[in-house]
Amino acid sequence: MMDHLSLSHFLVVGALLFCFGLMTVLTRRNAVAMLMGIELILNGANVNLVAFNHYVAGGLSGQIFALFVIVLAAAEAAVGLAIILAIYQMIRTIDTANIASMRQ
Amino acid sequence: MPTSLAVFYLFALAAVVGAAGVPMSKNIFWSAMALLSALVGVGGLYVLLSADFLAVTQLLVYIGGVLVLIIFAVMLTSQIKEIEVSNQNVGLVSGAILFALTGTLLCFVAIWAPWKVVLPQSHETTTDIGNGLLGTWLLPFEVASVLLLATLIGAIVVARKEIKED
Repeated sequence: MMDHLSLSHFLVVGALLFCFGLMTVLTRRNAVAMLMGIELILNGANVNLVAFNHYVAGGLSGQIFALFVIVLAAAEAAVGLAIILAIYQMIRTIDTANIASMRQ
Repeated sequence: MPTSLAVFYLFALAAVVGAAGVPMSKNIFWSAMALLSALVGVGGLYVLLSADFLAVTQLLVYIGGVLVLIIFAVMLTSQIKEIEVSNQNVGLVSGAILFALTGTLLCFVAIWAPWKVVLPQSHETTTDIGNGLLGTWLLPFEVASVLLLATLIGAIVVARKEIKED
């Protein structure tokens, strides 16, 4: 690795966060855990946005974009968890394999 | 090793180890705690990228809001005592293979692509973000406020208990 802080360091961290988030979303069966994976993916994207803003673009547009991503993530978490709670009250499970059987 | 690099590795370790704990831990509550570590690490990285306002926002919104919501949902839904049931994995092998492929590709691009890096400059951002939100980015700011209102109402309507009249 290079011996000074550079853009690639941050991009690698963002990429790892994204991959772990992707893995969480794809392998978990608990709906709350899948939401955690989505938060990880959004954080990985945010690290990329802010890193490119700092090292490539300059100005503030990347940071503002990241700010709106945080707002959307908060809104998505609130609605997602509300839906999960409603499903839990209805069928007493949040296992996504069982939720699929509710379609009939 | 310069200080900034050491601080970077500290926060990057917190972020990556936390992110690794989310898909791998057996207990859903430990997953939430690992997510906490990842979020704190990302907040530290924002500070290193001289995004001071964003770092504070990350702490307030993610750790103070989203993570508390997630822990609430964990407490309300999963049977914490039945650890084996609460947080099952399916297809861990294919997940790991996908992780290896995607991670290799993204890290390869991140390290070897010839990014056009300009000399980074650090300055205090809060004033500029405030001016930008009420100037250049006024329309998305207003749309976001409407979205948050809709979210507020929608979450309450969906999550409240229905009182059925027989």
